[in-house]
Amino acid sequence: MNDDHAISVSQLTKRFGSFTAVDAITFNVKRGEIFGFLGANGAGKTTAMRMLCGLSFPTSGQATIAGFDLYRDAEKIKKNIGYMSQKFSLYEDLTIRENIRFYGGIYGLTDKQIKSKTDFMVDHLHLENQVDNLVKSLPLGWKQKLSFSVAMLHHPKIVFLDEPTGGVDPVTRREFWTMIYEAAHEGTTVFVTTHYMDEAEYCDRVSIMVDGRVDALDTPLELKRKFNAPSMEEVFIQLARKAKRSDN
Amino acid sequence: MNSAVKVNNVYKSFKKGKTEVKALQEISFEVNKGELFGLIGPDGAGKTTLFRILTTLMLANKGEAWVDGFEVVSQYKEIRKRVGYMPGRFSLYQDLTVEENLSFFATLFNTSLQENYDLIKSIYQQIEPFKKRRAGALSGGMKQKLALSCALIHRPTVLFLDEPTTGVDAVSRKEFWELLHQLQAHGITIIVSTPYMDEASLCDRVALMQESRIMEINSPKGITENFKKPLWSVRSADMYKLMLDLRSGDVVDTCYPFGQYHHVVFKKDPHTVEEAKQAIATISAKDLEVQRIPATIEDCFMELMRK
Repeated sequence: MNDDHAISVSQLTKRFGSFTAVDAITFNVKRGEIFGFLGANGAGKTTAMRMLCGLSFPTSGQATIAGFDLYRDAEKIKKNIGYMSQKFSLYEDLTIRENIRFYGGIYGLTDKQIKSKTDFMVDHLHLENQVDNLVKSLPLGWKQKLSFSVAMLHHPKIVFLDEPTGGVDPVTRREFWTMIYEAAHEGTTVFVTTHYMDEAEYCDRVSIMVDGRVDALDTPLELKRKFNAPSMEEVFIQLARKAKRSDN
Repeated sequence: MNSAVKVNNVYKSFKKGKTEVKALQEISFEVNKGELFGLIGPDGAGKTTLFRILTTLMLANKGEAWVDGFEVVSQYKEIRKRVGYMPGRFSLYQDLTVEENLSFFATLFNTSLQENYDLIKSIYQQIEPFKKRRAGALSGGMKQKLALSCALIHRPTVLFLDEPTTGVDAVSRKEFWELLHQLQAHGITIIVSTPYMDEASLCDRVALMQESRIMEINSPKGITENFKKPLWSVRSADMYKLMLDLRSGDVVDTCYPFGQYHHVVFKKDPHTVEEAKQAIATISAKDLEVQRIPATIEDCFMELMRK
């Protein structure tokens, strides 16, 4: 394994019976890179991501995540990654403070660490007046920024973002991406899935899955050049239209 | 009356505990017959509340509104016969099959699948192979097509679609917009809401909504042409550092990340690319790529938010 690689995947495959959900994918993600992981519904993104997070065992192939082998050290992988999804990341019926304490506990932080983390986040996200309110009372944009900070609570080497920024206004969305840039700048590797191709343009490199394979992988600028397309949307459509399987 | 929808100074607020939350303020607009009109704005802007008032599912606190010539309070029954409504959350019967859902909604409106088949044919054919499947077991894209078929089954004059493309992949989204343009060709007025700014360009006209108000109504082209400040795209090897530098320096008014580029408005506009490069080079990276660009809807939306 190359030390510069946060994620190193070789011929990774997952079969469910006769169905090959992920078909021998091979790629590397550099440390501190913002890596976009795209694909149409049903292309195999979720299955691939679950394997990379140590939640699902591969049928065959190799992968090293944050320096740990997927077969031998799945538990260590889980401790060294963060995960945020738009659908569920925080407990709506707990306060902000309680959520931070809960996740801090899960990741094995000490009470002292949790307290200092809470103070830092409240200050950083300007949550002084909200910290003891239920998460469900927060506007969506704040929820997203808070979820991201919670996913970063234990200084993970890699953070996985599953469709992170739908539905917020364009200014809040950029504040969110600024947080992502900041995390990457400090050395955290960021692995993002999204349906929105303008979001893919924020990534250093982007891969596109079709029918379980990685059919394209490059910088957004280079992909647009290769496919002679004005936007990532167009690149994606050219590739995804070739898909044989689809849930539509 | 030539408008499909007319809204005049509508207000709506909700009680949330002890506080009053304003959902809609000073909302006025008209949608022409046969128009594809977009309500563009983030979650919480008031789009769904406005839809619920226009589809006669909720009463405004103040103001008036008409749909297809009928007033939303006194003539709500007429409106309900004439509009199609696809809510943001999947609202069909999960335990009924595709076929059963369609025949249920057809029966409610005293019609049948056959009667308006020409209208929904191109959509229905895509889900027909699964007509015996329960709606709850369909994929996201299929559910969306079934919901649209059900909303069209009585040949509505005005169709309301609340965030139909949220969570849908790029290919399905593109197909969905193509379907909307086909429906428009049948003479149906369509009002569609979306938080995704890039979809604005697919509408005839749009209203940009933020925090309970409409900020601007215009054609997509009209909106971007109203962006009066000269806009530049800037790129260098280290985009994060470039953004920090530009924002902390004294040269730049606004700098927003836009994927592979930052969009920048200067305090004192440079006349040429060279001047722009020099202005930036005094505060940041030298390996610059600088270009004068037209504004996008997102640039305009953010500019309007500053006001």
